[in-house]
Amino acid sequence: MDMGVFAVLAQDGITNGAVYALLAMALVLVFSVTRVIFLPQGEFIGYGALTVAALQSGQYPRLVSLLMAVGALTFCVELGTALYNKRYKPVPKLHLMWSAIENLAYPALIWVLARSIGWQDMPMAAQIAFALAMTIPLGIMIYRVAFQPMAEASVLVLLIVAVGVHFAMLGLGLFIFGPEGSTTRSFTEWSTEIGAMLVSGQSLVVIAVSLVMIGALYVFFDRSLYGKALRATAVNRKGAQLVGIGTSQAGRMAFGLAAGLGSLAGVLIAPLNTVGYDTGFVVALKGFVAAIVGGLASYPLAAAGAALVGLLESYSSFWASAYKEVIVFTLIIPVLAWRSLTSGHGDEE
Amino acid sequence: MKSNTTKKLQWAFFAWFLIFPVLPVPNYWITIGNYIGLYSIVALGLVLLTGIGGLTSFGQAAFVGLGAYTTAYMSTALGWSPWLGLFAGLVVSGVAAALIGSITVRLSGHFLPLATIAWGLSLYYLFGTLEFLGKYDGLSGIPSLSVFGQDLSSPRVMYVVIWLSLGGCLWALLNLLNSRPGRAIRALAKGKTMPEAMGINTATYKILIFALAALMASLSGWLYAHLQRSVSATPFGLHMGIEYLFMAVVGGVGHVWGAILGATMMTGLKSQLQDWLPLILGSSGNFEIVVFGVLIVLILLFARDGLWPMVAGVWANFHPPQPAVVAPEIAPEGFGDMPRRTKPSVGSLILEVSEARKQFGGLVAVKDMTFEIRAGEVVGLIGPNGAGKSTMFNLVSGVLPASSGEIHFCGKRIDQLDSRHIVKMGIGRSFQHVHLIPHLSVLENVAMGAHLRGHSSPLSAALRWDRHEEAQLLFLAAEQIRRVGLGEYMHTAAGSLALGQQRILEIARALCTDPTLLLLDEPAAGLRLKEKEALADLIRQLKAEGMSVLLVEHDMDFVMGLTDRLVVMEFGSKIAEGLPAEIQKNETVLAAYLGGIE
Amino acid sequence: MSAPQQAPQADGQSVLETRNLCVRYGKVEALRATSIRLQAGQIVTVIGPNGAGKSSLLNAIMGLLPSNGTSEGQVLYLGHDVAHHNIEHRLGKGLALVPEKRELFTTMTVEDNLVLGAYRRRKSGWSYRDGLEGIYKIFPRLKERRKQLAGTMSGGERQMVAIGRALMSDPKVLMLDEPSLGLAPRVMAEVFHVISHLRESGVATLLIEQNSRAALQVSDYGYVLEVGDVTLEGKASDLAKNPKVIEAYLGKHA
Repeated sequence: MDMGVFAVLAQDGITNGAVYALLAMALVLVFSVTRVIFLPQGEFIGYGALTVAALQSGQYPRLVSLLMAVGALTFCVELGTALYNKRYKPVPKLHLMWSAIENLAYPALIWVLARSIGWQDMPMAAQIAFALAMTIPLGIMIYRVAFQPMAEASVLVLLIVAVGVHFAMLGLGLFIFGPEGSTTRSFTEWSTEIGAMLVSGQSLVVIAVSLVMIGALYVFFDRSLYGKALRATAVNRKGAQLVGIGTSQAGRMAFGLAAGLGSLAGVLIAPLNTVGYDTGFVVALKGFVAAIVGGLASYPLAAAGAALVGLLESYSSFWASAYKEVIVFTLIIPVLAWRSLTSGHGDEE
Repeated sequence: MKSNTTKKLQWAFFAWFLIFPVLPVPNYWITIGNYIGLYSIVALGLVLLTGIGGLTSFGQAAFVGLGAYTTAYMSTALGWSPWLGLFAGLVVSGVAAALIGSITVRLSGHFLPLATIAWGLSLYYLFGTLEFLGKYDGLSGIPSLSVFGQDLSSPRVMYVVIWLSLGGCLWALLNLLNSRPGRAIRALAKGKTMPEAMGINTATYKILIFALAALMASLSGWLYAHLQRSVSATPFGLHMGIEYLFMAVVGGVGHVWGAILGATMMTGLKSQLQDWLPLILGSSGNFEIVVFGVLIVLILLFARDGLWPMVAGVWANFHPPQPAVVAPEIAPEGFGDMPRRTKPSVGSLILEVSEARKQFGGLVAVKDMTFEIRAGEVVGLIGPNGAGKSTMFNLVSGVLPASSGEIHFCGKRIDQLDSRHIVKMGIGRSFQHVHLIPHLSVLENVAMGAHLRGHSSPLSAALRWDRHEEAQLLFLAAEQIRRVGLGEYMHTAAGSLALGQQRILEIARALCTDPTLLLLDEPAAGLRLKEKEALADLIRQLKAEGMSVLLVEHDMDFVMGLTDRLVVMEFGSKIAEGLPAEIQKNETVLAAYLGGIE
Repeated sequence: MSAPQQAPQADGQSVLETRNLCVRYGKVEALRATSIRLQAGQIVTVIGPNGAGKSSLLNAIMGLLPSNGTSEGQVLYLGHDVAHHNIEHRLGKGLALVPEKRELFTTMTVEDNLVLGAYRRRKSGWSYRDGLEGIYKIFPRLKERRKQLAGTMSGGERQMVAIGRALMSDPKVLMLDEPSLGLAPRVMAEVFHVISHLRESGVATLLIEQNSRAALQVSDYGYVLEVGDVTLEGKASDLAKNPKVIEAYLGKHA
């Protein structure tokens, strides 16, 4: 293999790795704050990419309808919970009003925007922002409906609920977007040559966006009070409640962030790959492999793991393309073996 | 063993499934029944692995695939008998599980499920890629099973084969769980420290249940291959792996019968959804998967422990449950001949700690501690919080290895041994935060301590060859329970005892290991006065019986009246040693420890 | 929301009062119709055996019962019933709890722990700096160690962080669940010293203590809680002399 091919593969690997890094960090975030292993991450990849594709082709993004439906369901759950608890405490009118704004009015506003603006002529950044304006609230609603009522359940039960949500979102994805995949416009046609290697602007955008997100998350967690509050919830849930960080508030933040990162990842891969309603699952699982490399706790290690997964995938697709997936998923075995040897005494639950 | 009505009814319920194919029911029902049986076998393995052993796996479908593909390849390409294929499939799955298990089981809880997702996928892609397994088309033309020339290809006959296999697995599993290895498996859910302190090799048992679950999955795969007569990669993918776990969790993952209930529920539900939903909602979307997903969330919202506990709860209203494990009334034959440690003569040196040191990075938690314990003595190790008492305790009990210095017990060096080996030498211990299995009875909890007193293997337990030894172990446990005065609570769930009684239960469990020296870690913490008095009386009684005790304690009133000698620690070092009365007057100790509240 | 430094009500009116407070976990009744009162600047101790419902009492006042627990009855804070408010609201009003297990953010610095204590405190004219300085004045040792991870500290220091974190929310009622548990008597004395000091700044303290003798020494008033019921109450000095209390909780120690 000559240097040129080597370099192209490296570029591919790092570009994909940057996407996996976003996914891995979202998974680490959701797990450490809510103990949910966020399998539906993959659906957000598809939802994000396909919504941008729909906007670009001038179609009505049907995700808006889903958002309105799930919003209505969320409001019903809030209302039902409030009425059920009437025996113990008065109906929290203010809270319900906010809930109505969030879950009924906001989706309606998005619907109006979707219908009234010619999105296909808008700049791509605006299209992406509009797609995120749908997926992020959807993530928060899903947390409210499926996970918040069982925040105290075991990791296993939460995992199974996550699988249930994954199934539901997968089936709905087929219904909304149809079985066909789509690609989106590329971010840029610009490219340059460094030595013998052609560096595509597309790759640079993907890598830059990932790096900016990683940096922003670092600042958020290290400096801001909200970021610290999220970390605190991850460390000690009860302690967080004691200082007034509501578990559900932290869970909403985590799910919103994760949904946003997931759909952003989908948007980033969509110009180069055909994304279907079910593509995301395997992509998200590669994010999982990266997160496991990071021990589900460390953000820098998860990012390093993501680069490793991306490179491994890229080189194995050159040498043994049939075995690409086998090799990527088998990576986990030596990684775990290494963790097992270095961890010494087994962890106590 | 007494068998009770509930048990008989459970088996009657099961027998009904066997009569089922003889009845004039449509073939479609038989097909559903076949799948329920196949799935139940896999789910049963998951109950053992996940519900009882606390290890979660999404990868069972891959083991089903290993079993199915092994027999498919051997019976088609090589032309071997399916029965050889069964054997080969079990070997392949068992070896693969043991290998994968040995690298993953030592990691903490959440890694295993994620790892199983990854290697489940990698095996799935492998099935679909390998040339000799027919790539994504798979293998077809697999012969049907036959016994003595009798062909078993009819689905109605296979139904009987499948459900008999399930019955066999169920019987063996129920036997296994009520035995010495079964208790070791149940102890795994409590983490590592407690089972290891009972002499249970947690890594080995985790690998064992991992392999057992894989064997059951492999058996199911073998049956599947010869029922379908062809295999392809699709039914061994991750989605199927997830569904197996669903079945176990929905049925009630901690309950053996929940596996069958879960498999029945999920299979029935799915086939009904596939029949009815397109009629209602049209066939444009994949609605059954949406409804399926929503139902999962709903079931878990309203029945977090699965459905079986609800069924069992309703049944218990009609028929109060009987104790599942009962110790024999009189000593079983050979009980007197069980090996017992010869006790060292009173006053002889048993524990000798010389210059023991423990460093964590730059922090010296225990600094060159030297003290000794003689047979029949009750020694108290006291000191202010953070003085290093707990670390010292962990060095003696083997939870931590010493950085330097030596600890000898009965003349043998133990400072580098782990707790599993130390308990074998005759040091039993209790825990500051009680470690017991709350839903098991006092008897079953205490019998965990008798692990090292028996030898029966998982195989002999599953086949009930261990009943004589089991009777001995249970009698031994019951004896210790009576010895500490908990006799009336023998069949009470351990979790419903008061904290003081739970501490005493832990002492009984430690006594089952036949110790020469008993280590008690803050046994009086959190107890009220009456409970403390009962505990002190028990320790005095044990001392009178010749037991040596090392007591790590905080409560001054408690140690003063009870111990022969006190060792006082501060900042990792020994600052005083002597009779309780002397310690009470010791200036250094008073300054460091007893300084009152002014 | 009341002004931060305003002295709580005139003498005789209680800052905190529970009326017939009951707590249930499923079918198990942990607390039965318990009524206690706390006045401004008072230290009140609740003693009683394990499992008497002491922790349930504090958790119910704070609104922090586990998911299977429910409470009935009134929790009056400055005369208003807060029994149906959530924990965030109660914190904002001026209730704070230091739980038995401290529940610190072990992988975060001492300062971050303290800062998060003021998560709900958003008032103009108040800065984290001032709040931190106030805490460092009470616990100078925490200032030295403010960059250290909370999990690497000793038991006594952790208790200081826990109390400091609770004080950061500017409470008028501080509830301490077994503050001396696992502490050496010398450290314990320091903690009790701080508690009696807080009295001067008008903070009322509700104390649950295993070490009944030390707790009654610093307290003004005491309750004895047994199996979900208040069986005895009175001035702390009287309780310490009560033969029944001595027999059951104080032991025979000289």
